[in-house]
Amino acid sequence: MPETGAPTRVLDPIARLQRRRHALYGWMLLAPALTLLTLFAFLPTAATFWASLHSRGTARRPSVFNGLENYLDLIHDPNFWTVVGNNLLYAGVTIPLSIALALVMALWADARLPLRGFVRGAYFTPTILPMIAAANLWLFFYTPGLGVIDSFTGLFGLPPVNWLGQPQTALWAIIVVTVWKEAGFFMIFYLAALQTIPPDLKEAAQVEGAGRFTYLRRVLLPLLMPTTAFIFINALINSVKLIDHLFILTKGGPDNATKLVLYWIWEMAFSYFDPARATALTVLVLLVLGGVAVFQFTIVEKRIHYR
Amino acid sequence: MTAPASRHPIRWGEALDAVGAWLLALVWIAPLLFAAWASLHPPGQALDFSLSSPLTFENYRTAWAAAPWLTYALNTLLLVTFTLAGQLVLCTLAGYAFARFRFPGREALFVLVLLQLFILPEVLIVENYAMVSRLALLDSIAGMGLPYVASAFGIFLLRQAFKSVPLELEEAARVEGCSWLGVLWRVYVPASRPVYLAYALVSVATHWNNFLWPLIVTNSADTRPLTVGLSLFGAPESGVNISIISAATLMVVAPLMIAFLIFQRQFIQAFLRVGIR
Repeated sequence: MPETGAPTRVLDPIARLQRRRHALYGWMLLAPALTLLTLFAFLPTAATFWASLHSRGTARRPSVFNGLENYLDLIHDPNFWTVVGNNLLYAGVTIPLSIALALVMALWADARLPLRGFVRGAYFTPTILPMIAAANLWLFFYTPGLGVIDSFTGLFGLPPVNWLGQPQTALWAIIVVTVWKEAGFFMIFYLAALQTIPPDLKEAAQVEGAGRFTYLRRVLLPLLMPTTAFIFINALINSVKLIDHLFILTKGGPDNATKLVLYWIWEMAFSYFDPARATALTVLVLLVLGGVAVFQFTIVEKRIHYR
Repeated sequence: MTAPASRHPIRWGEALDAVGAWLLALVWIAPLLFAAWASLHPPGQALDFSLSSPLTFENYRTAWAAAPWLTYALNTLLLVTFTLAGQLVLCTLAGYAFARFRFPGREALFVLVLLQLFILPEVLIVENYAMVSRLALLDSIAGMGLPYVASAFGIFLLRQAFKSVPLELEEAARVEGCSWLGVLWRVYVPASRPVYLAYALVSVATHWNNFLWPLIVTNSADTRPLTVGLSLFGAPESGVNISIISAATLMVVAPLMIAFLIFQRQFIQAFLRVGIR
């Protein structure tokens, strides 16, 4: 029987048999998914931990167990701190900026404006483009001297800037592309949440003489809190995951100024063929993501009532 | 919203809102518009934005001839089909097990599955590459798709959907002699059709656009999807100019863009319903 009030008092043999059959069916249904999860999630995770404790193997010297050597290597590498710092700045700017923009977009896309369909479509469009295509489009903006930005600033007599070629601006140029790509996606969730808020709330606030910003701060933002939390977690994961545009725009340069953690993992493993250090770095990322998961399941889900 | 107009003869607030919203919308699609402009003009005149410069499809012709786009597109199509088909079957079975069967270890397993929402396949590239190579699936569609087939998100989503199906429906089907799989197929799957549609749209969009993992797994034009092909095409080493890159980029995004313009409402609804990718 399906999971209705299962008899717990007495287990006669038939019920026990049925229960066992039930369990068997459950496992059988799960088997295909579990097999793939084992192959591409559980085993690789374990293998990553294991490999991170071994030295880089070469043709002459096979890899040997070397404890935490790879980790020590990493934290003594100044590049490690550059990359971590880059990623922290990347996350620290893209997350709040894209969330704030998403909220503004959602408020506008929800308001009764002329051309609302166009506005919604325009905000959402970057979401369905591949990041690689987005990077190509932005390359056209950033090209020094010839690009859209320099053509525009040139009208005012400003000198051309190599946005992607100098360490001071490159990461910011990358951040702009990410925010452009993400904000419209996050807007969708705010838009959905806004539509569940009863309109009489706004009327009540107006009757009470509350201005727009009071209404936003005192009524809307608290009501949108669960959505914000959900978007925040997504944005956090994306700040690790979204690196495709680096392959087109900067390749992590100049001078590591735009190198992010996942890009560095890729580079170590597939350009420098140094899987030992790549796995150590992967373990650190897994720990961070695991921390995010624990945070989500223990704090966010408890404090904020979903569904 | 319905405040009497007499109190605000000209509603400056709303007018400002409209202008702001339109400006932001223009800024947001500007990259696409500029690319479209550049792709339709001769390379030298890509950036002097005068309406008198001649229109040309030459860039599209050059871009089209410079890479095996049809093969790339076919590979992308195969990849999204393979991945989606696998996801639908596996996630349906697993979601059903988690929603309606009671067995020891279920809760622990479900937590392990949920954890995969955070431990992304992208992060495990090093060891997943080793695994795919061990399975002799390098440079194949299956190698690109398999790590995503047991989608934690799909399992989670379908479990939620199946849980909301009234048990009476299942009991009625059982009385009429349906088997376990029969119940799944006749009751649960039809009842969750909107969720399937939403998940399918999101999965297709995600894998159509996926880049890092296909880049790692493929090494020949015969298996490369569009995104990887496009990244090679646009590489500075290839010496292709911006007009041609724009043309190629627009060609690659065109199918999904057109689908989006046609199904905009359903698309946005799908993303709404599905949440995370």
